Amino acid sequence: MCSLEKRGRLFLLKLTGEGEHRLNPTLLDAIRSAINQIRSDPSSSQSVLITTADGKFFSNGYDLALAERDPSLRFPMDAKLRSLVADLISLPMPTIAAVTGHASAAGFILAMSHDYILMRRDRGFLYMSELDINLPVPAWFMALIRVKIGSPAARRDVMLTAEKVTADRGLEMGIVDSAHGSAAETIEAAVKLGDGIVRVGFDGHVYGRIRETLLREVLHTLGSNESASTGVRNSGSKL
Amino acid sequence: MCTLEKRGDLFLLTLTGDGEHRFNPDTIASILSLLDQAKSQSTRGSVLITTAHGKFFSNGFDLAWALAAGSKTGAAERLHQMVELFKPVVAALLDLPMPTIASLNGHAAAAGLMLALSHDYIFMRKDRGVLYMSEVDIGLSMPDYFSAMVRAKIGTSAARRELLLSGKKIRGEEAAGLGIVDSAAHDSAEGVVEATVRLGEKLAARKWSGEVYASIRKSLYPELCGILGLEATIFANPKL
Repeated sequence: MCSLEKRGRLFLLKLTGEGEHRLNPTLLDAIRSAINQIRSDPSSSQSVLITTADGKFFSNGYDLALAERDPSLRFPMDAKLRSLVADLISLPMPTIAAVTGHASAAGFILAMSHDYILMRRDRGFLYMSELDINLPVPAWFMALIRVKIGSPAARRDVMLTAEKVTADRGLEMGIVDSAHGSAAETIEAAVKLGDGIVRVGFDGHVYGRIRETLLREVLHTLGSNESASTGVRNSGSKL
Repeated sequence: MCTLEKRGDLFLLTLTGDGEHRFNPDTIASILSLLDQAKSQSTRGSVLITTAHGKFFSNGFDLAWALAAGSKTGAAERLHQMVELFKPVVAALLDLPMPTIASLNGHAAAAGLMLALSHDYIFMRKDRGVLYMSEVDIGLSMPDYFSAMVRAKIGTSAARRELLLSGKKIRGEEAAGLGIVDSAAHDSAEGVVEATVRLGEKLAARKWSGEVYASIRKSLYPELCGILGLEATIFANPKL
């Protein structure tokens, strides 16, 4: 499901296997367990996390098929992703998403929960699919979108045209930090970026606290009881 | 005053006649009624395009009507009335279950610019027409929902300053550069209308659910929606 590797001061978290890396409770638990491992590592406050994935997908979002078969899993999927994102926001180290494939909906959110997004430009896109598939967008997703995508026009394009954002378009919109020729090159660039950050050498705990203040609004909505847009009460909506 | 026309999937709302298309209680009521009509006739794939005839998109509130009250307090009351009456127009546009495009044939000032900003996309002419927030020049303060709109739709502090604090009449190219409008590429009113119709048809082809669209739109602007009393409500069964 996911693997954790240490390369010097870099933690490499990889969503393994050729599938869509759908964020179901099992995968979310595996990722959170890896994050816990990272936190408890003694060198963690002098390290960097790189998150990446095998295959065509970074992550294609929540496991909607699973939620359809078993609606009781909707709540835990949302709750576990919230916890994971809260973990990433408070993580005492810089975080880099090396986006080596498609990142849709909750998968896009996972990528955006990192401080840097590096992406391949030869394939793959970032995609908030909800408009196209008639899904509600959770309020906490919107809080992250508002904080991470600075231009109102870009936010509109992402949310209201369900644009399939390529790396180069992502660069233009200020969502992607750098674009690279292939998956391997993207990971290499992430490693290089990570090494550079480690060399600068700041205290990860301070870093994490500053990040929390920047993303305070997101942390606030993460902790709220809303499961979708404000005023939601309709359980007819499915994840 | 204003008309609503249907062209395939597109609703065309036009402020008619060659005047300044200023907003007073009567014109506001007409616009609201047409927006209501569009909403009730909307289907998947509907799109609204708002435009006007002549030199002006809209020059804002009908200050002459306010002054005709005959006294300072009377004028202030009438102005306040228009500020309150216009709020539902902005709310109706933010709530409209379809993509919205403002096609600026000419000048858009103050409340007229607010009307434009209430749309998802704004196209303006390159050769003619300015955007102008006149309040700083004529000594009027800004209603809370006007400022909230500027904060919601205009991203950089430089652009907000240029718009609200400089008393500048901003032409197409600069407006596009500041990110206030999406396009100022066309040299004629017809060019702009054509471009907005093309965009409208592209958006219509996506056949989005209007309820979902409006809900996501409102969640983009929580502060503004809060001031307007618009709550995002939940809806629809997913396609899955």
